[in-house]
Amino acid sequence: MSTTKKMMYINRNAPHGTVYALEGLEVVLAGAAFEQDVSMAFLGDGVFQIMQGQDTSDSDMKNFSPAYRALGDYGVTKLYVEEESLQQRGLTVDDLMPLVWEDEDDDYEEKPSIQVVPRSGLSQIISEQDVLFNF
Amino acid sequence: MLHTVNKSPFSSDSLSLCLDYASEQDVVVLIEDGVYAAMKGSNSEAMVLESLASKKLFAIGADLKTRGIAEEKIIDGIQVVGYDGFVDLVANNDKVQSWL
Repeated sequence: MSTTKKMMYINRNAPHGTVYALEGLEVVLAGAAFEQDVSMAFLGDGVFQIMQGQDTSDSDMKNFSPAYRALGDYGVTKLYVEEESLQQRGLTVDDLMPLVWEDEDDDYEEKPSIQVVPRSGLSQIISEQDVLFNF
Repeated sequence: MLHTVNKSPFSSDSLSLCLDYASEQDVVVLIEDGVYAAMKGSNSEAMVLESLASKKLFAIGADLKTRGIAEEKIIDGIQVVGYDGFVDLVANNDKVQSWL
């Protein structure tokens, strides 16, 4: 009866220095209960959000990076990372957390959620969305 | 003078401006998101290396660790400093300019 919409959350801010990254992640996790077609895109400094090895033990900040691992369980299985943004920052996909989702149609096999896409491809994916959020 | 830069060099021109304004007697401290400029292999590495030839650059250890930037990924020449060291730097410089 209800229409499923393609909703994309675009993340362009680095984690910790400002609250955008944490807020964006919390909105996605909260909204996942509504069974829409949700995906996330990481552009610009947003790619830093899913970098491996974040350790806040020397600062008084909350390390929310492990929460990205829950996205697969919440049905958010498409995490697009812009290739150019990685290159500009001297990063490769190996510097990112190995985020996966379990495909219940394929014997719960773990599959990577992260898709590295060039800007031209991501632009196309963005144009296909029904609703866009920026954080 | 001591300068602090708290924004990533990819999202703001704060670091680029700061390095242009800082003199050879000045000290530049990368804090918060500013520490992303300390990473090797990025587009901003050349600008940082050029500055290191004539200026002292520091980066806050806790901020690097929080963001997952390991020691071996830090540009050679940038000195990692803790909060105690940061306090010493501020105390030993007559003025502070925070590039927000």
